[in-house]
Amino acid sequence: MKPAVLTGKHFINGDVACAEGAIAAGCKFFGGYPITPATEVAEHISERLPDVGGTFIQMEDEIAAMTSILGAAWTGAKTMTSTSGPGFSLMMETVGLAVVTETPCVVVNVQRAGPSTGLPTQGAQGDMMQAKWGSHGDYEIIAIAPSSPQEMFDFTIIAFNLSEKYRTPVFIMSDEIVGHMSEKVVIPKPSKIKTISRKKPKGPKNKFKLYKPDADGVAPMPAIGDGYKVHVTGLTHDEIGYPVMSIEAQEEMMTRLLGKIRNNIDDIIMTEQYLLDDADIVIVSYGVSSRTSYTAVDMAREKGVKAGLLRLITVWPFPDALIKELAQRVKGFITVEINLGQICREVQRCAGTDIPSYLAGHAGGAVVPPEDVLSIIKENF
Amino acid sequence: MKATAAKPLPHPMEDLIRMDRIPHIWCSGCGTGSVFMACLSAIKESGIPYNEFSMVSGIGCSGRGAGYINVDSFHTTHGRAIPFATGIKMAKPDLNVIVFSGDGDLFAIGGNHFIHAARRNMDITVICVNNLIYGMTGGQVAATTPHKAKSSTTAAGNPETPFNLPLLAYASGATFVARWTMLHSRDIADAVQMALNNKGFSFIEVLSPCPINYGRRNKEKALETLRLYHDNTIIKSNADLSELDIDFKRGVVLGNFINKEKPSHDEQYSKIYHAEAG
Ligand SMILES: Cc1ncc(C[n+]2csc(CCOP(=O)(O)OP(=O)(O)O)c2C)c(N)n1
Ligand code: SF4
Ligand SMILES: [Mg+2]
Repeated sequence: MKPAVLTGKHFINGDVACAEGAIAAGCKFFGGYPITPATEVAEHISERLPDVGGTFIQMEDEIAAMTSILGAAWTGAKTMTSTSGPGFSLMMETVGLAVVTETPCVVVNVQRAGPSTGLPTQGAQGDMMQAKWGSHGDYEIIAIAPSSPQEMFDFTIIAFNLSEKYRTPVFIMSDEIVGHMSEKVVIPKPSKIKTISRKKPKGPKNKFKLYKPDADGVAPMPAIGDGYKVHVTGLTHDEIGYPVMSIEAQEEMMTRLLGKIRNNIDDIIMTEQYLLDDADIVIVSYGVSSRTSYTAVDMAREKGVKAGLLRLITVWPFPDALIKELAQRVKGFITVEINLGQICREVQRCAGTDIPSYLAGHAGGAVVPPEDVLSIIKENF
Repeated sequence: MKATAAKPLPHPMEDLIRMDRIPHIWCSGCGTGSVFMACLSAIKESGIPYNEFSMVSGIGCSGRGAGYINVDSFHTTHGRAIPFATGIKMAKPDLNVIVFSGDGDLFAIGGNHFIHAARRNMDITVICVNNLIYGMTGGQVAATTPHKAKSSTTAAGNPETPFNLPLLAYASGATFVARWTMLHSRDIADAVQMALNNKGFSFIEVLSPCPINYGRRNKEKALETLRLYHDNTIIKSNADLSELDIDFKRGVVLGNFINKEKPSHDEQYSKIYHAEAG
């Protein structure tokens, strides 16, 4: 029986690193369904969960997988599922249920090129807007984009921490290239791994209100069997959790749900900057595309072009303020992503129309070569 | 003379009902409340602490059950009560997990989950309020609507054939299978007790009238439906499950048909994975 944290140096792929990150974060339940290129996450965690007294189940489809992790989460467990585009689509109704019932859970999407069955074995970043808007209604979501097996480990822990802290589903938006590449992954000592668990309610049980938030906007969450006799519903509900079919209740619930994320963006949003201070051209990227973007910045600098990189670690919520601020002082933006312009639209939305904004992207199947960024610079700046 | 208002007697199930959510949404003449009550009495009589129960419902009139029971309860999405219950059970096997939902919820949109949970012998108790129709959405045809019966989407009669639910449950692997009508409250409560004691996938179908959206269209008054439940049913626990089609002209067979022992999924998982890991 192996310990929860496999401290040491490993040579593993991104999917396996993600599963190890989950175990290190305290994941105790995984409901899955096989799909390339995410299958290895499920395979590896199915072996590892019993080591830590956890449970794996392969469900009959992704709807069931996603739903099972919500049920398990209410027993107090940290839970996860993994998938790729077609399965991500199937999970969407349940993602809404997780959001509105404020059920912490982590969903890993190892993206492949879509739409539909697409290119099952080739990477893409085409599900970024689906991650934001895939379920019906308004909501805020947290999505994190790792760019290496090491980050698959590290960011999976961050994803669990954010989901527990804010009682919300968190997406890890990986892709086939990161999921299947093997690199060195350093797993630290358990004492060096920071994990967060959901707040538990205190105080008298009969006065307890399931959705009455603390000052941070997040309500403590009891587990089944704790004696709080919770009622949890996907219907619009009040602070007790009871359905209330009114415009006012809808407004109140939605204000709090959105506010819980929006009022904490400084805590949630993570970015990385490279040579941005004196940059004229800002390359915006995330996930695997940020790897080639570093190279693009170096190549541009060699040619005397002042390029810099803004790498989004959290893609959602989007760093509106940062892009707006940059737009005041730079000459233009180039967004690098493996799709036909999803996050690029967000950059344009924030930067405004006075400043040029380009896409270095394609329909999926491989990374975006740095040369594509260079030719955009050459043609337009 | 001074009139004093009589203090209403406490409801016998007060400790198991969320009294602050009453009145419930069910129409007068609806059978769902009776099925629900029978289920509550079984929980009460079981003597098991209420904290060891959890109820999960999908969406529909019957799916509102989870909203009225005063135990940890979950009103999920349409068709997905069983996978939600599966997550609860596998993460905390000591809990008694009851799924209370409708025929449309459990057998159309949720049909795949039903057969797989039965196949795994997931240790949950599934109670289906079968009113032969989609009640909540206004009476559309269901996977249980009798052939030729009228619904709002089969105005000239249902061209399809309904499921035989006990047969489906048995063929899928359920270890406890029963069918009653909402008139048979005592039998339902007994069946729920047996289901709770059965360490495996238990299924109880309860026929229940929807006078508003099924009765009306099919020229069957609420009381007539109850009369059929009373007069045209046969209790036969050793019945051949393939003869359980619902046909009140021939007589509808009721009973506790299957109650067998087989290791449940959580037992198997723990034996193979946790024992060896430990
Ligand atoms: C995904 C989805 N599709 C459709 C609906 C609409 N809908 C709500 S209840 C229901 C049918 C419920 O029928 P049944 O389970 O038999 O419950 P009853 O109301 O008859 O008790 C439908 C189709 C929904 N809520 N969600
Ligand atoms: S519509 Fe039918 S099933 Fe729904 S509450 Fe009314 S009578 Fe019952
Ligand atoms: Mg029905």
